[in-house]
Amino acid sequence: MKKTKFIILIIPLILIFFNLSSPQEKPVPLPPTEVKAFDTPNDNGHSLSVTWKLSPDDGAGKNNVVAYEILRAESPKEEFEVRGMVPSGENLFDDKGSREKEDKNYLPSHKNYYYKIRAKADNIFSESEVSNPAFAYGQWYHTGKTPVLAGVIIFSIFALTFITLARKGKKLYIRPLPGIEAVDEAVGRATEMGKPILYVLGLGTAADIATIASFTILNRIAKITAEHRTTILVPCYDSVVMAAAQETVRAGYLEAGRPDIYKEENVFFVTSMQFAYVAGVNGLMLREKPATNFYLGKFYAESLLLAETGSIAGSIQISGTDEIAQIPFFIAATDYTLIGEELYAASAYLGKEPVLLGTLKAQDWGKAVVIICLILGALAASFHFQFFLNLFRVQL
Amino acid sequence: METFGLWIAALLTLGIMSFLYKDNPIYKFCESIFIGISAGYWFVSLFWQSMYPRLYLNIRGAISTLLHEGRISDDRWLYLVAGILGVMMLLRLVPKIGWISRWPLSFIVGSTAGLYFITYLQSNIMNQIRSTIIPIYVPGNLGISISNLIVFVGVFCGLVYFFFSREHKGAFGGAAKVGIWFLMITFGASFGFTVMSRMSLLIGRIDFLFGTWLGLIK
Repeated sequence: MKKTKFIILIIPLILIFFNLSSPQEKPVPLPPTEVKAFDTPNDNGHSLSVTWKLSPDDGAGKNNVVAYEILRAESPKEEFEVRGMVPSGENLFDDKGSREKEDKNYLPSHKNYYYKIRAKADNIFSESEVSNPAFAYGQWYHTGKTPVLAGVIIFSIFALTFITLARKGKKLYIRPLPGIEAVDEAVGRATEMGKPILYVLGLGTAADIATIASFTILNRIAKITAEHRTTILVPCYDSVVMAAAQETVRAGYLEAGRPDIYKEENVFFVTSMQFAYVAGVNGLMLREKPATNFYLGKFYAESLLLAETGSIAGSIQISGTDEIAQIPFFIAATDYTLIGEELYAASAYLGKEPVLLGTLKAQDWGKAVVIICLILGALAASFHFQFFLNLFRVQL
Repeated sequence: METFGLWIAALLTLGIMSFLYKDNPIYKFCESIFIGISAGYWFVSLFWQSMYPRLYLNIRGAISTLLHEGRISDDRWLYLVAGILGVMMLLRLVPKIGWISRWPLSFIVGSTAGLYFITYLQSNIMNQIRSTIIPIYVPGNLGISISNLIVFVGVFCGLVYFFFSREHKGAFGGAAKVGIWFLMITFGASFGFTVMSRMSLLIGRIDFLFGTWLGLIK
């Protein structure tokens, strides 16, 4: 009897013990559904995107989904590899591949891929059905950059219109710029003193806008110096810029009818290291003691070094750059400064070429359009009309 | 060897700094070394970082693909075009056919200008307009309203200043004057900020001379 009572008491205890010590089975989340794969829009053709309907246990039901794993294979029967993971609540993944064949992440275009989505809850998961096949392909036109296209079209219309008007002989007014008004005086000073003119194109390459604008001004100044029989020295930082500068100065001398006095060695390469270049130009300034220094182009930290040395040498200095950080130094240390866009305007003002004048006018009309957009935009923003702000949204 | 390098660096630093007094033979000597070494270093660096990997290795790879796989379609052949353009640039050294170098020059300037057109339109115009479209008046927040108004007036007047088709007279001239005031205040702030970073460069050199070289600063 006692033995029977003992067995009756002990068996439930044993059963309770085994129930507590055996691991509780965690509930498996329901899988996501409606998995769709498609080509990522507005890309170069090496990316696919996947969307899916969230698992019913994501934020509801068992509420145990913590993340989604995205798997990919070249056919439904092959082994799927993990391509990425997103947290719960998200239902979009961009599978970005590389365009380089040697890269292990290479994703070729026009090749079908299949996707599956795994809803994960700690160590357990459930998988969706396999998606439709999808292949990546590049788009010719990036729809997210439509505002840029509109800007290009508007500006191009302005530019072509004004260039045509300028070529037909219509006078296009440009207000005088103090720095450029002083060029003739500066060159005249050099001629009277019998000293050379130093023209520094800056540290930009031949493709930089500031350097291109500086070439036009150099051409005009070379023509004036040829007429006055004054020497012009052009130390260059970049070899391609040196080649272009030699052509520019030679053309200026040719226009002045003095190709015989052009010396190619006056337009020379120094070095392509910033402060070594500055050391060379500074030494040149103190030895040659030019009457006039022109600093027109792209400058960086060497701007003040050049301007201060020129000041010590007693030169009259005219500067211009579109590098915002260097403009204060030029304003402080040189006699005349062309601020930012005034450098581009100066090239049109001096060159008087229809293309340059027409483009400058087009820029002014472009600025007028920008001003109108800003006024309308400020009013729209004040009254919470979001659509106007979205007109200028550009996707990268 | 390290000590020797340290002394050379210190003496060259002092030689360059002697320029502060006036131009002198020591400065000329240091300047010549600086320019010569930098030009030589730049040439070697250009060869091994640019010409060898991008031109030689790529063309060699494309030729290898053609010989071993019999396949001509390889993007690396495009580097041959760059090589040809580079050779055309070097023809400047031959006076009789130096005019050929104008073609690659035109290609570089034209293509880069075209590419930059899109980039600058996006970054310097579209993004700037988008950032400047802000409400002038924010109800209940006077501070932000004043700040937004200052930003709007500054951008508007700055644009008016850079208008080249009209002379700065009357109301237009007044707005342009406000614009140049905004610009000068900004340049003043930028000047002060940049001077601080230049000071840190000088401090670095002083630390090298008195600390690393002479050991006076621990």
